[in-house]
Amino acid sequence: MAGDEFDVAVVGGGLVGVATAWGLAREGCKVVVLDEGDRAVRASRGNFALVWVQSKGLGLAPYAGWTIRSSNAWRGFSDLLKQETGLDVSFQRPGGFHLCLSEKELETRANNLRRLHNQPGIVDYKTEILDHDQVRKMLPDIGPEGVGGSFCPLDGHVNSLRLFRTLHAALNERGVTYLPSHRVETITREAGEFRLATPHGEIRASKVALAAGNANMRLAPMVGLEAPMKPERGQIVVTERLRPFLNHPVVTLRQTDEGTVMIGDSKEESIDPSGLTIGVSATEAERAVRQFPLLANVNVVRTWSAIRVMTQDGFPIYDESQTHPGAFTVCCHSGVTLAANHALTIAPMIARGALDASLVAPFSARRFHVQEAG
Amino acid sequence: MIAAADLASSCDLVVIGGGPAGLAAAALAARAGVSTVLFDENPGVGGQIYRAITSTPVSDRAILGEDYWDGAALAAEAKASGALIVNGATVWSLDRQRLVGVSLGGKARLIEAGRVIIATGSQERPFPIPGWTLPGVMTAGAAQTALKAHGLVVGARTVLAGGGPLLWLLAAQTLRAGGTIDAILDTTPRRNWLQAILHLPDFALSPYFAKGLALLREVRGRVRVHRADRIEAVGTDRVREVVFSSGGREQRLPVDLLLLHQGVVPNVNLANAAGVAHVWNDRQLCFVPVLDADFGSSAPGIAVAGDGAGIAGGTAAAERGRIAAIAAVRALKPEAVVPDTQAIRQSLQREEMGRAFLDWLNRPADSFRQPVGDTIACRCEEVTAKQVRDTANMGCEGPNQMKAFLRCGMGPCQGRLCGLTITELIAAERKTSPEEVGYYRLRPPVKPITLAELASLPISEAERKAVER
Amino acid sequence: MFKRLADSGPAIAITVDGKKVTARAGDTVAAALLAAGIDHCRTTPVTGAPRAPYCLMGVCFDCLVTVDGVGSRQGCLIPVHDGMKVETQLGRREAGR
Repeated sequence: MAGDEFDVAVVGGGLVGVATAWGLAREGCKVVVLDEGDRAVRASRGNFALVWVQSKGLGLAPYAGWTIRSSNAWRGFSDLLKQETGLDVSFQRPGGFHLCLSEKELETRANNLRRLHNQPGIVDYKTEILDHDQVRKMLPDIGPEGVGGSFCPLDGHVNSLRLFRTLHAALNERGVTYLPSHRVETITREAGEFRLATPHGEIRASKVALAAGNANMRLAPMVGLEAPMKPERGQIVVTERLRPFLNHPVVTLRQTDEGTVMIGDSKEESIDPSGLTIGVSATEAERAVRQFPLLANVNVVRTWSAIRVMTQDGFPIYDESQTHPGAFTVCCHSGVTLAANHALTIAPMIARGALDASLVAPFSARRFHVQEAG
Repeated sequence: MIAAADLASSCDLVVIGGGPAGLAAAALAARAGVSTVLFDENPGVGGQIYRAITSTPVSDRAILGEDYWDGAALAAEAKASGALIVNGATVWSLDRQRLVGVSLGGKARLIEAGRVIIATGSQERPFPIPGWTLPGVMTAGAAQTALKAHGLVVGARTVLAGGGPLLWLLAAQTLRAGGTIDAILDTTPRRNWLQAILHLPDFALSPYFAKGLALLREVRGRVRVHRADRIEAVGTDRVREVVFSSGGREQRLPVDLLLLHQGVVPNVNLANAAGVAHVWNDRQLCFVPVLDADFGSSAPGIAVAGDGAGIAGGTAAAERGRIAAIAAVRALKPEAVVPDTQAIRQSLQREEMGRAFLDWLNRPADSFRQPVGDTIACRCEEVTAKQVRDTANMGCEGPNQMKAFLRCGMGPCQGRLCGLTITELIAAERKTSPEEVGYYRLRPPVKPITLAELASLPISEAERKAVER
Repeated sequence: MFKRLADSGPAIAITVDGKKVTARAGDTVAAALLAAGIDHCRTTPVTGAPRAPYCLMGVCFDCLVTVDGVGSRQGCLIPVHDGMKVETQLGRREAGR
């Protein structure tokens, strides 16, 4: 690639990176995506595929509005992708549940929602607490232990693996240069351009967007930015394909358009992506059978663990470098939910060369210092 | 019959698979006084080579041949050894701490093992030709199992296709049992001889030399053999005819059964999921575990014996099982008396002598391993060769990313019938080696278990808290 | 297709999609289907294509059938018993059975 110069080098070929890269290509930028190889630790291959609103924003009120913006943009985003690639990422927004298996869980849930909605400046997104009978009207297969839950009409889900493939296909269509096995070792800025060193040579670009997930922690300081991360491991159980039985996604259990049921949402401190705790899978399975007893005899075909991309406070980081003009961070946990924002809102800002403070100022990593000072 | 609830929660040695390697390993270890459990998925022991050795309805010994009946002694020896042999038991998980997940009678259990010997053997190499998913297309091994275990022999309008010792053995056994074979389509490239001939002297000294020649003579005298460099199974609801060509000349035969075979490859799923390192073996065109002289793997205390360690045949498998068992006994019970490994290693060496010749001679043609167009590569998720090739060209450089993009390997067979094809297709498109491309990273359960079974397993407070927050 | 050698075991009565089929002791479900000349045992959950037993050794999962009301069982690993009810599995399995 020596001699090639790009407008923007996107570091990271996961969902955040490819959504941003696609948005940049739409703005007419000449883009290169630098990715790791087949065995990279990838949240894009290990996520729950929710386009989720409820619960978002406790502790940082603007995050609720930012999430709703993406949720609302998702339909158009998926339509654009379909026009370009012919692939349907199966976005649905039927409203979603958080189910509780005891009165105590339900009470905790209600309290959390109250705290969330009592924050100043929060967008009220109409999450209701429903009892067993109300839930059963919408989820007829719920078991007797499901005492109730919360429902938010804005919640939805998507086929996130197909989204991943579709974005890659769309990049390919738009002539974006995709370079796998190009792990970025160092980034420097010389003579007004960025130089990114990889095992396969140096890549040069006028701008750089860091979308490398947890690896942003290592990369951001190279361009005068920071990304304090706190990765954690989650585990998922996947069943065989079933006929449709579940019309709404539950935050810990959803049926994909292909028919498989994904069950999960665990948190462990380990960052070993190859490890898997059977007792955690067992807990997830046990809760799934209590929530939906008809799943008891269904076959589990796969379990997996993956490392969550997680900033230290759990909220996204969008930043532009003061010391290295043209360097940006795009870093968050919810790469599926926020994909529409990354493609349609963040990418145009990067293309223009400046973030729009009115939209993303609350998500600067400078907030970590404010907290320290306080 | 033992039930899942009656299984001890820990034991010295768990042997997984009741073929020659597993039977020999369990017998040796149990006799040395090590508490040994052998789990086998089938209703009876024997593995595939000695399938149904204790129950076969085929009473005429000449039909299956004396090599088959060798298995009876192994089974008897294992039974008498004191090892606990559990049939109908599916091992669905194994980790580096040697925690073994087993399912028996619809109930799951976890068992802590001091040492583990994986003896899950081999499976037939994928044979992705157009139409290979149609009913009526089966593997030659399947027909052999039908004969050994159930006394079922193939009737009229049967065609065998492919190459390798098992294909010819099945043909001979079928003819002896009164079955009919209309034709054999030999897909082995003639130019394979150029490489194989270098290893002929070794092969001539191996026990397989005389047997192989006799088998070929027996079959060639009675069945029409065609060469084929392209084969297609044709039909809509089931296979109706097989179309094949050699050097461009196309022929068609009506069929009820098309039996495919192009060699066997290690069954890597359990070892892979346990984190055992594997490497590409270019002679056998498959991934094999990285093993030491005692068949110990990169995962501490886990050995892989038998054909799972690389294809060498049934007799070699038993010797490998014994060597692995001796290492296990030495680690678990140093004071135990075990046989000297030297004689076993010599016997193993004799068995392995002709392998290079057989491997090179029967090396399947690229065109039968690397399909094109709409030919299905992943049977479970019905992913075509073209989709895989196109996605590789889009920048997807490995099977794990391919799996995420196309769902190949995500079905119930967990990549067993597509893994090698996907790796080879990516390597071909990206002009690199299968070693470089690598294989699927597999996860438990390597065989499906029910959600209720998973839910029944022990849960610690910390594990519960990781989910209930 | 397949025919039985004379020395197969005693008869076992099972049903396949409600129809009587005579299996033999020692048969697996898949073997009984093959011996009865039953063309396919399932259709795929992806395209609905018909499938029949392929490997008979537990690796291909093409012989998945509903056995005694429980779906997605590997027919090649399950021995038949008198009165067993085998059903063709059409497309995706239904949760709860």
